[in-house]
Amino acid sequence: MSPSGTPISAADVAKVARLARLDIDEANVVHFTEQLAKVIGHFSDIDALDLSGVGPMTQPFPLVNVLREDIEQPCLDTDEVLAAAPSSDQRRFRVPPIIGLDD
Amino acid sequence: MAIIPTTASGIAAAIASKQISAREVIDSYLAQITARESDIHAFNLVTADAARAHADAIDADIAAGRPIGPLAGVPIAIKDNLCTHGVETTCSSKILEGWKPPYDATVVSRLRDAGAIMVGKTNLDEFAMGSSTENSAFGPTRNPLDTSRVPGGSSGGSAAAVAAGFAPVSLGSDTGGSIRQPAAMCGVVGVKPTYGLVSRYGLCAYASSLDQVGPFATTVADAALITEAIAGHDAMDSTSIPQPAPALVASVSQGVAGMRIGRVTDLPAGAEPEVIARLNEAFATLEAAGATIVDVTLPSLSYALTAYYLIAPAEASSNLARYDGVRYGLRVNAVDTNSMYGATRAAGFGDEVKRRIMLGTYALSAGYYDAYYGKALKVRRLIAEDFERAYAQVEVILTPTSPVVAFPFGDKVDDPMAMYLCDIYTIPTNLAGHPAMSVPFGTGAHGMPVGIQVLAPALGEAPMFRVGGALENAAGGVK
Repeated sequence: MSPSGTPISAADVAKVARLARLDIDEANVVHFTEQLAKVIGHFSDIDALDLSGVGPMTQPFPLVNVLREDIEQPCLDTDEVLAAAPSSDQRRFRVPPIIGLDD
Repeated sequence: MAIIPTTASGIAAAIASKQISAREVIDSYLAQITARESDIHAFNLVTADAARAHADAIDADIAAGRPIGPLAGVPIAIKDNLCTHGVETTCSSKILEGWKPPYDATVVSRLRDAGAIMVGKTNLDEFAMGSSTENSAFGPTRNPLDTSRVPGGSSGGSAAAVAAGFAPVSLGSDTGGSIRQPAAMCGVVGVKPTYGLVSRYGLCAYASSLDQVGPFATTVADAALITEAIAGHDAMDSTSIPQPAPALVASVSQGVAGMRIGRVTDLPAGAEPEVIARLNEAFATLEAAGATIVDVTLPSLSYALTAYYLIAPAEASSNLARYDGVRYGLRVNAVDTNSMYGATRAAGFGDEVKRRIMLGTYALSAGYYDAYYGKALKVRRLIAEDFERAYAQVEVILTPTSPVVAFPFGDKVDDPMAMYLCDIYTIPTNLAGHPAMSVPFGTGAHGMPVGIQVLAPALGEAPMFRVGGALENAAGGVK
């Protein structure tokens, strides 16, 4: 149950899967919805807490911007990196058309 | 034939003093792997040829009088989510199967510089998501103490490798207990250092604000030795603490006289009775050794599970976006990039990874961010503040590592919530960024080992190892 009182629905799971770029068929949407509803149901325990005035903690310790010295250093070998790619062309990663054919 | 020491420190000393050769040591460990690996499946890959060649090179250095590293000839197993240059690194996922990283993780290069010899890459729950190693795409690891039971997870392969004598030490990663819980279940020592003490460069990211690399060992002193070798500032990790590695081995034998050790009076319930019995014996032991036991409360601890299973999946959903079939790993071809992403990720990720990605995407999505992720971050603060109050009174805190001993295969694999509850005592440490270790301390149900967890404040590794050493000394007398 979410704080809004609605458990996650199959439509929510299908939408989230789409946002996360995960193709999931209908049978699996049902299966995942049941499992995720159970987990999200557990999350309602924190609804009991008074969190007003509590600041969010995103990191164990405060982060500072880290810049290295501006000195030329060796970088990864381009051929070696491209050799690990599913497809490459003219020393670049090759992908299917970016403009969607379905939307 | 020379007797091969069973500890990293013993091996390093014996090789440096020419009592045995690095080749004799590595051959002995590789023979043990050959004998039992088919029953255990600790490894995704055994690098036997490279290990023998490395050992021969060390022996040649010794013969020629060239300097050798402090860990020269010590075999070590490496979790398969740590990048090894030119050596397959899979994260136990089909999406990375066959990938050979173009660089080494900092911990891997530091160990090699110290002379340690990698024997192989160990199995894990896919992308370190799990508590039993059953989520590996390449099949589970079995517990060397009872092969009908899980070794824990996610670093189950690294724990099993040490427990089975495949290597005296290994490396794992710990995001919510993934070193400590399998250490407890396999009866070995496991350490999760302070966030930022050990570089994460080259560790395949799961939840970047929680992930930390650490060692498994058969002794507390070996765990301290390996922590020393991998710790210290690394310019390649922007969260790396800008300090040199601390000296820790000396702490192990210092004893606990005069120390103040916390007992959590509002510890979340759910631990097996034998686990609680061992914990009480641990307190009695430390008290007898001169420590003072002080009651502390950590009222927000019971909410840690919710905070963790919102924060970690949220970070994972972002981190795992990189596995898209473009630059490395699996690609399922499709007519356009969006279809290619969806098909590749559907084929490449297992169910638990998909669950966590969806959970994280949901927690971060418009309309739910404040209710879930935003709230979880505030709960994280409450937990850190609880620890801060407790550590004003005590130097370390003792809890069980896992509420349960190693369980049979299939027990929890399709019930995510039951599996997540295995991490209830280990998760709070990661949320706070603190160090913690698991030390074997007797046995529980079915004769399986129980681990006692020593928690300490940030950079409190020295007092943590003092207590770990004292527990190890006493553990021999526990049933």
